[in-house]
Amino acid sequence: MTAVEATTAGDGVGYYGKPIVAAHVWKDYIGWYFFTGGLAGASSTIAAVADLAGRPRLARHARRAAMVGLLPSPVLLIADLGRPARFANMLRVLKPSSPMSVGSWLLAAYSPFAVGAAATDLLGVAPRVRRASTVVAGLIGPGIATYTGVLVADTATPVWHEARRELPMLFAASAAASAGAVTTVFASISGRPESSAVRIGAAAAIAEVAMSTVMRKRLGDLDTYRSDSRARALDRASRTLSIAGAIVLTVGRRQRLTSVLGATAVAAGSVCERLAVLRAGTASANDPRAVLRAAS
Amino acid sequence: MTMSINMRPDNTPPADIEPGARYGFFTDTSVCIGCKACEVACKEWNGIASEVEAMTGNSYDNTGTLDATSWRHVAFIEKSERSAPSRATTVPGPAHDMVWLMSSDVCKHCTEAACLDVCPTGSLFRTEFGSVVVQPDICNGCGYCVPACPFGVIGKNETDGRAGKCTLCYDRLKGGNEPACAQACPTQSIQFGPLEGLRATAARRLDVLHEAGVAQARLYGHDPSDGIGGAGAMFLLLDTPDVYGLPPEPRTTTRDLPQMWRTAGRAAAGLLLGIALVVAGDRS
Repeated sequence: MTAVEATTAGDGVGYYGKPIVAAHVWKDYIGWYFFTGGLAGASSTIAAVADLAGRPRLARHARRAAMVGLLPSPVLLIADLGRPARFANMLRVLKPSSPMSVGSWLLAAYSPFAVGAAATDLLGVAPRVRRASTVVAGLIGPGIATYTGVLVADTATPVWHEARRELPMLFAASAAASAGAVTTVFASISGRPESSAVRIGAAAAIAEVAMSTVMRKRLGDLDTYRSDSRARALDRASRTLSIAGAIVLTVGRRQRLTSVLGATAVAAGSVCERLAVLRAGTASANDPRAVLRAAS
Repeated sequence: MTMSINMRPDNTPPADIEPGARYGFFTDTSVCIGCKACEVACKEWNGIASEVEAMTGNSYDNTGTLDATSWRHVAFIEKSERSAPSRATTVPGPAHDMVWLMSSDVCKHCTEAACLDVCPTGSLFRTEFGSVVVQPDICNGCGYCVPACPFGVIGKNETDGRAGKCTLCYDRLKGGNEPACAQACPTQSIQFGPLEGLRATAARRLDVLHEAGVAQARLYGHDPSDGIGGAGAMFLLLDTPDVYGLPPEPRTTTRDLPQMWRTAGRAAAGLLLGIALVVAGDRS
């Protein structure tokens, strides 16, 4: 037997340094949907809790925030499809093994209640329908806000699959931050900020940064936020905006202008978080070393 | 002599291909000569356009990778052999200072197929031959199968917006014919047949090579207890899987789905509880 010492031609790892798994092919629409879907789901939950707690003003503005999230969501999702005209095939089957199928059904179940709650509120009709719709939408909302974390974790993309314990929590925090923020914007525009929305936005923005830190610690060697410049920039922007936004929200919570400013920063931090996760996934899948490390 | 529609071009009778049994490939890379007849036959039969844009410089490989429009991919690996003189004494002919590995990669048709699991439309399905196939009239191009595959096999065709990969020549199997690549392979590096038989063939071939002193020969995808429940397309490799661009320990991530849903359930409950606590505790 002769000893074969040298490895492959080319200087890369594995086969000419080529990726071992395929990177996702989603456009940034999907990152934006993670944001809008999370915003809708968590806002509906705020609305339901507020409605049941006898806080009609908070409930009203949270229902509006949910619409800001919900209305663009199907547009973003359909725009990303290779065959947009076939979007209805998403409801052709219900597959528990597919987080995207589960999410499609959650969204289909959630939407009529969220829209019904907002519409009855806007028209000032059918208070019982409004209450019932608000509560049902608020119960499905947390599912809408978190299934997306499972969706990306259930892939062969190393940085996503290895972060499967953190991603749903990270997305829940990011959703709550954006919901508190957009509800604050609506409340401020119509007169004064709602202190509960401000608190939710600020606390969740800090929780989002904390969860991201925990996730990156867990990832260790696989942390592509460090190696990929765009993922790193988005992650840094997300942290900066979230922390700055939380501080401005907390300090300036009695002023309309500072509340809107802080809330905008928190929401922007949430957007950057989602885009950072998508980008980190691309970088991770394209790096054969990440796949080999995840396997070892 | 009458020609049946199922007759193969060389007039041999059609293979006995029956629905209900599981079929697959055994790709024996030790006899692959890198002719790419499999790639060409696949594209010819399945009507897939050629997309070679430029020479890659990676040996004879200008296909690059399996994707929506490449369902067979021959990898070429050039390895230099440092201890060539000793080989010259044992192998007739000129002394070699290079080893050239070739391997025709293909969809693994996993027992637990992640692409099939995550497909939200039901476009991807398990056929009566045990293969995993995209139904092009159902696929809406959501792209979820692409990052889900632990081998990076399936791709999204940007021309028609749909996912594409090897079908194990579903249409040919229905007509009693073996897949185009296997029929075109001139060295029987690509063997098609019932999976159980192929597993036995692969084990025998491994024994032969080990007895001949090829210690680095190993099987890949043959073990039903691996992370994908065993592949429907297994390989005999002459080096570690990563050298061929294959994951050393592929894993169907849907196996972790119950755990992931529990995590999401806790996150969802935390979201609801957190909001309730803030609103209830807010007396301002």
